[in-house]
Amino acid sequence: MTQMPGTIKAAAMTDTKISARNVQVYYGDTHAIKDVNIEIGARAVTAFIGPSGCGKSTFLRCLNRMNDTIDICRVEGSIDLDGEDIYDSRVDPVQLRAKVGMVFQKPNPFPKSIYDNIAYGPRIHGLVRKKADLDEIVASSLQKAGLWNEVKDRLDGPGTGLSGGQQQRLCIARAIAVSPEVILMDEPCSALDPIATAKVEELIDELRENFTIVIVTHSMQQAARVSQRTAFFHMGNLVEIGDTQDIFTNPVDKRTQDYITGRFG
Amino acid sequence: MTDATLSSAASAAPVTERKSKSLLEADSHTRRRNAAETRFRFYGIGAVLIGLFFLVALLWAILSNGLSAFTQTSIPIDLPLDKAAIESAEKSIVKTSKYNAMIGAALEKKLADAHIETSMSEKDLMKILSSGAASTVRDFVLANPDKYGTTVPFQLLASSRVDGYLKGRVTRAALANDKNLDAAHLDIVDAMMKAGIIAKTFNWNFVFGADASDSRPEQAGIGVSMLGSLYMMLVVLVLSLPIGVAASIYLEEFAPKNRWTDIIEVNIANLAAVPSIVFGILGLAAFIQFAHLPQSAPIVGGLVLTLMTLPTIIISTRAALKAVPPSIRSAALGIGASKMQSVFHHVLPLAMPGILTGTIIGLAQALGETAPLLLIGMVGFIASNYPDGVADGFFSPNSAMPAQIYEWAKRADPAFYERAWGGIIILLVVLMSMNILAILLRRKFERRW
Amino acid sequence: MPLSLLFASCLLIAALAFLLGRGKAFQSAGGDIRKLHSLPGYYGWNAALTVLLPSLLALLLWLAIQPAIIHSSVSHMIAPQTIEASSLDLVMSDVRRVAEGLDKAVEAGAMTADEAANATATGMNVRERLGSIGVALGSDVNEETLAAAQSYREMSSTGNLLRTAAVLVLALAGLAFGVTRTNKDFRARNTVERVILGLLIAAASIAILTTVGIVFSLIFNTIEFFKLYPAADFFFGLTWSPSFGGGSDLGILPLIWATLYISLIALAVSVPVGLFAAIYLSEYAAPLVRSVAKPLLEVLAGIPTIVYGLFALLTVGPLLVDVFGDNGVLHLGWMQGGTAVMTAGLVMGIMLIPFVSSLSDDIINAVPQAMRDGSLGLGATHSETVKQVILPAALPGIVGAILLAASRAIGETMIVVLGAGAAARLSLNPFDAMTTVTAKIVSQLTGDADFASPEALVAFALGMTLFVMTLGLNVIALYIVRKYREQYE
Repeated sequence: MTQMPGTIKAAAMTDTKISARNVQVYYGDTHAIKDVNIEIGARAVTAFIGPSGCGKSTFLRCLNRMNDTIDICRVEGSIDLDGEDIYDSRVDPVQLRAKVGMVFQKPNPFPKSIYDNIAYGPRIHGLVRKKADLDEIVASSLQKAGLWNEVKDRLDGPGTGLSGGQQQRLCIARAIAVSPEVILMDEPCSALDPIATAKVEELIDELRENFTIVIVTHSMQQAARVSQRTAFFHMGNLVEIGDTQDIFTNPVDKRTQDYITGRFG
Repeated sequence: MTDATLSSAASAAPVTERKSKSLLEADSHTRRRNAAETRFRFYGIGAVLIGLFFLVALLWAILSNGLSAFTQTSIPIDLPLDKAAIESAEKSIVKTSKYNAMIGAALEKKLADAHIETSMSEKDLMKILSSGAASTVRDFVLANPDKYGTTVPFQLLASSRVDGYLKGRVTRAALANDKNLDAAHLDIVDAMMKAGIIAKTFNWNFVFGADASDSRPEQAGIGVSMLGSLYMMLVVLVLSLPIGVAASIYLEEFAPKNRWTDIIEVNIANLAAVPSIVFGILGLAAFIQFAHLPQSAPIVGGLVLTLMTLPTIIISTRAALKAVPPSIRSAALGIGASKMQSVFHHVLPLAMPGILTGTIIGLAQALGETAPLLLIGMVGFIASNYPDGVADGFFSPNSAMPAQIYEWAKRADPAFYERAWGGIIILLVVLMSMNILAILLRRKFERRW
Repeated sequence: MPLSLLFASCLLIAALAFLLGRGKAFQSAGGDIRKLHSLPGYYGWNAALTVLLPSLLALLLWLAIQPAIIHSSVSHMIAPQTIEASSLDLVMSDVRRVAEGLDKAVEAGAMTADEAANATATGMNVRERLGSIGVALGSDVNEETLAAAQSYREMSSTGNLLRTAAVLVLALAGLAFGVTRTNKDFRARNTVERVILGLLIAAASIAILTTVGIVFSLIFNTIEFFKLYPAADFFFGLTWSPSFGGGSDLGILPLIWATLYISLIALAVSVPVGLFAAIYLSEYAAPLVRSVAKPLLEVLAGIPTIVYGLFALLTVGPLLVDVFGDNGVLHLGWMQGGTAVMTAGLVMGIMLIPFVSSLSDDIINAVPQAMRDGSLGLGATHSETVKQVILPAALPGIVGAILLAASRAIGETMIVVLGAGAAARLSLNPFDAMTTVTAKIVSQLTGDADFASPEALVAFALGMTLFVMTLGLNVIALYIVRKYREQYE
């Protein structure tokens, strides 16, 4: 029923980081993602928008194979990261996730100290040999997440003792500490108040210098504020993708227009 | 945050790691981690397998040792009931010895008919039969005076040693030090086996019969103690279900949140974890020492087990009540029902399947409980008679299934071990049926809101 | 009037009250149900309850008190010499049996009422007369017992007469009160509901009563014991050798040692196996495997402890002797007999596996999925997630579960009675037979010891120790688990 062209290239895109071809996702008998083709540019923020249940989060979770942890979930098609298919049987999802980090909807700090929360990733991936190196990674990650000044005096305090916004930035710092190339964010601000949201958005904007960021959001304003490119999903289909500016001012597809103008969703 | 710290930090860690390796080949660190992952997984599988192995070992021990209790060796003997002989036997002081002589003669004749030659004396020969054979015959004779002068076919039990020999429990080597039976007897038994005049049949007496004394394991049955257990369970059911449900309704629906309610709740949680032997001490002190209820009686056992089962039933009933959505209560209250009416007309019926399931499981637990019964005297008592009537069933001394099993396990003759394992099979079958009933109930009435 | 008849007449009067109450309510409303405050049935119930509650309560009290009064007044009739020769309990049970026999004899017509009340032992062979109607007595009845029995009968029959009168009067008074109180404006439903609420509260209080009963029955007898045997010797004594002739050493330490030793072995078996099984089943196993293996493991929890006891005594014990005994495959000669700390500990460990695993399973499942996602999203393997995130998060709950298991192990009776041995011993060798607190409670109370001797009373002191130990563990464990649950709710 969709007459969309297979891949939509946008003019402003720099080099491609991730490219997905003919991706299908099934949850048991449900066809959740239908034939999605997309290219995601490096060092930019790409936003996925669409109504609830449209498959944007599901697709995001395909990008670092988090869907593997769900028994009934099946993925077809191919997704390339820097030209390598991440669904290749030789790929270890553990190694993949070190390259493609993830931040979740609800802040989920581990019940450990702030320091240990950040140090968790570098430790399991064996990135450091000396305590001093670890200290440095923790400090720099917290600095990049803009949390350093707020927590530097209580690194031994529990991560769960922070406010919601701080917790989410802690989770972002935790993801940065592994030095990923891509960071996936699944509605990272939906559980936060407006002030905390503003801080996280500011942070995302700063991070795009060093990381490729894909963010799922249900807020069109947020997509407009933080992203360079926006993809609109509807009922498991990728309807339209383009520069954020274009999508919001001059959508090609009627469904996109209806969604953006608030007819549904 | 300043730009300076940001850029310096950015250059510190990530840049050194930027030389990204191909995803298609696992590095050595990842391989080590994956090996650890596999090991960990195998520990888990190993633990599950160990658990299942223990289950299989337990069931195998039960079945391999206990199934033989369900067959029993017996010898069919045709006994002519001569009136004169019976009358003289009844006049003598040791009546059974005269009957033994009658049976012995019949047994000798039987062997001769089957062309089995033996030089053994009649008295010695009788050791093949159970020492209870004479009283079996006498009981029949006294109950049936009209049979005098006829020849009556009896199925007389073989002695436990012979029974054990045919079941492979007693070996010839083991008989060397046995004063009851020797190898010559076994030769006769082998010959009788060949002639087909001794046979193993299904042991109804074990399932429905009464316990027997130390010297006659072949006659021991679990029927009477099963009845004792049944009476106890009746007491438990009749007391613990209404009390448990009433207590749960109060705690779940009416109790104000205050210190008293808190104390009751903590109390119930703790009672559920008090060792069962402590309930036995309570039963001994409160019901027997203080209230002078009869020792060893099912009513006392039932009372003790009721107190023990109540916390279990209360906990599961409260869970069932909690599972009824508040909207049902609001709906009833909204059309003007009183709180009490909303609970008894709407909430309770909806929670009933859950309550019954919990009750059955509580009863199953109580049925298998042994320790408290030891203290109120349900062990060491030989349950040799069926109670006369219902009141007697509650108030006169009896045993219970697990207590009977314990009693057999403590006796000196290993022939009783077979009975103990057999008793366990019956106990487990009863428990299993109760649990299956509970599961079926839950399946049938399970409701999703 | 016999008890059952009395009870039935109370019910009958209550039924009458129900009908009258309902009828009167109808009448006062002029047959128009809408004018009534409550449904007519409630008026009936209200009247029935005013009959039943006071009369049955009085009946219950009477039943509890009358035997005690008769007992104490009849026991004064027994001479001190007779009591010294046997014991008051024995004499009194003889008296009761003779009294019941006389009742039966009168009932069966074998004796006139006059004979039964006034016969003397010299004038009549009571044993023979009672034997003829099937009441067997252990010995001839002497003058004293017969006199006591006769006065026992007399007092009982007077008591029963008074009881009947009192209960019936209360029931009828209730009937009158209940029915007169009924009119259309009376709030019958509220009254009935208040009574029902009272009954519910009474039911809930039974849990408290049970605890109070446990504590009292333990404390009183423990105090009796400490009057006969010094508490310091009990708590710090290193030997346990009761002799029923007196002069026993009743030190609890060897028993406590064996109890803890066996519990330790049981935990060493059940905690690793149970925990790993729980981790595997909740984190790794496919739904099919989980749905089969979990209930199968839980079968182990549903098996009564007597079965485990027998398994220890007859299967595991001999098996261990075959391996570690004098002529065992390993030629170690560590084990003398099948009953040993190791036997009991091992089997108890098997029993506790499902206990540990299902508690841990609940606790692991209570850790939010977000924790797992967070860890996996960072590229942790599943086992790293379990070891470094889930287990630390679940630790308090798991500690609580282990404490509950320990309390179970300490209080377990049947396995140690059958599997651990009967002799108390302070030894380090796990293959030695030793005996525990629970096993000794059983043996001291099921022996032939006089109930008032220190050898029997010590069981209550042991029970008290056991109760305090397990209660302490339970309170701590339940507190920890509760706090843990609240954290993730």
